[in-house]
Amino acid sequence: MAKLKYFLETESISELPSKKILSVTDLTHNIRTLLEENFSTVWVEGEISNFKFYSSGHMYFSLKDENSQIGCVMFRRENISLDFEPKDGLQVIAFGRVSVYAIRGQYQFYVERLEPKGVGALQLRFQALKEKLKNEGLFDESRKRAIPFLPRKIVLLTSLDGAALRDILNILGRRHANAHLLIYSVPVQGAQAAPTIAEAIEDLNLHNVADVMILARGGGSLEDLWAFNEEVVARAIFQSHIPIISAIGHETDFTIADFVADLRAPTPSAAAELVLPLLEDLLARVLELEGRAFQAISGFLENLREEWRRLAESRVLRDPLSAFEARFQRLDELVKNLEIIFQHELGSKREKNGILMGKLEALGPLATLKRGFSVSLKYPDMTVISSARSVKPGDKVKTKLQDGFFVSQVTERESGDQSEESA
Amino acid sequence: MSEEKKEIEFETALKKLETIVENLENGELSLEGALKQYEEGVRMASLCSKRLTEAERRVEVLMKTSGGKLKAAPFESGTEESGKTKKKK
Repeated sequence: MAKLKYFLETESISELPSKKILSVTDLTHNIRTLLEENFSTVWVEGEISNFKFYSSGHMYFSLKDENSQIGCVMFRRENISLDFEPKDGLQVIAFGRVSVYAIRGQYQFYVERLEPKGVGALQLRFQALKEKLKNEGLFDESRKRAIPFLPRKIVLLTSLDGAALRDILNILGRRHANAHLLIYSVPVQGAQAAPTIAEAIEDLNLHNVADVMILARGGGSLEDLWAFNEEVVARAIFQSHIPIISAIGHETDFTIADFVADLRAPTPSAAAELVLPLLEDLLARVLELEGRAFQAISGFLENLREEWRRLAESRVLRDPLSAFEARFQRLDELVKNLEIIFQHELGSKREKNGILMGKLEALGPLATLKRGFSVSLKYPDMTVISSARSVKPGDKVKTKLQDGFFVSQVTERESGDQSEESA
Repeated sequence: MSEEKKEIEFETALKKLETIVENLENGELSLEGALKQYEEGVRMASLCSKRLTEAERRVEVLMKTSGGKLKAAPFESGTEESGKTKKKK
């Protein structure tokens, strides 16, 4: 049954009217010619799918819409200058020609130019440039210039007609700024904006007009702010030696300029607040520090005085024999101990003596003197003369009696032991 | 060079003052050192105060001349209180 059908079909084809039989290659060639003649310069819009980037450098993908798709190839020599990264799901506009890939018998779109479409396109360019500049190090925090703490001269790069200028003047006025503000007017949107801004940044640097620059623009759509996403502006900011504060759009808007700038202010008003700290705050800080310095030096001097006093009073300074300090101290201790012992002894002795004194009173020399005796002391050491042998003629003698004394000189002496005397 | 000394940046002076106060409060200086530091601190403080209280408010518009130079002219377009609303973008 199958065999029969096959036979019949082939039979019918060979009986077609023209009877001209082409090789596959010829047919393919004819189709290619047909396509190339009619579709040599085509713009086509669609969504990328099945994107493949081969190591050969060629890109293969499909462009599709709701109902159809077409295979595409973009060769290395064409895709090398792409300023975005094609990927699945992206809406693009492609330019090229339609031809046939004979080996597979497929018609293909040979893409020569490829652009992202609409706002998506700007986003992509933004992403691509951001990536590129980031890799080049333009966003590195380490290379960013410090914003002067209290600038004398501020140059404001913005449109004279813009809201940003009003906002900034408003804030600076409120802050009682003592700064010199220069305004340099540039267009902040439109085709001329980016190159003009870049040139202005260069000019301001060339003349070194200020300590800090504010690059400002009020809020707007992505397209409105586009100038600040252009590479030429980014490069100019990077090259600037005047530190730059970017203040573009609203808080949620991030531009390339913001990334390259030395400081990003969320809004122009915020930039004004960032560039000039509140003078009262600073003044208070300075006064506080001044007070602390005074406090510290006073304390320092007081400490020194105290120390000096202590040193001046110490034995070490007064006594050149300070090396013997320890020994002196030991000596002091010993003396003190002795005194304690002595005092103690004295106490008990006095007590004892009190009793003895009573007895001595009766038996002692005073009572004896009262009874008519006297006591003689020898000059000069005032030793009691208890023996005749302890004096010799010529010695001075003091004799005490019960009511006084007299002094006399020994003229003669005689003791019981003569031999002792002559010896 | 004395010009340069006069133009010492506010921030530098403030930082210096802060360091000096720290040094003094640490109390590890010699008498001479401490006095020197204090003297310098007072100088920095007065520099800072002077810079903060000097009135120099000025607003000018810069314009590029045909010769490529930048020229400043007084900024007239209204005061900062009101601005010029008709010029609003």
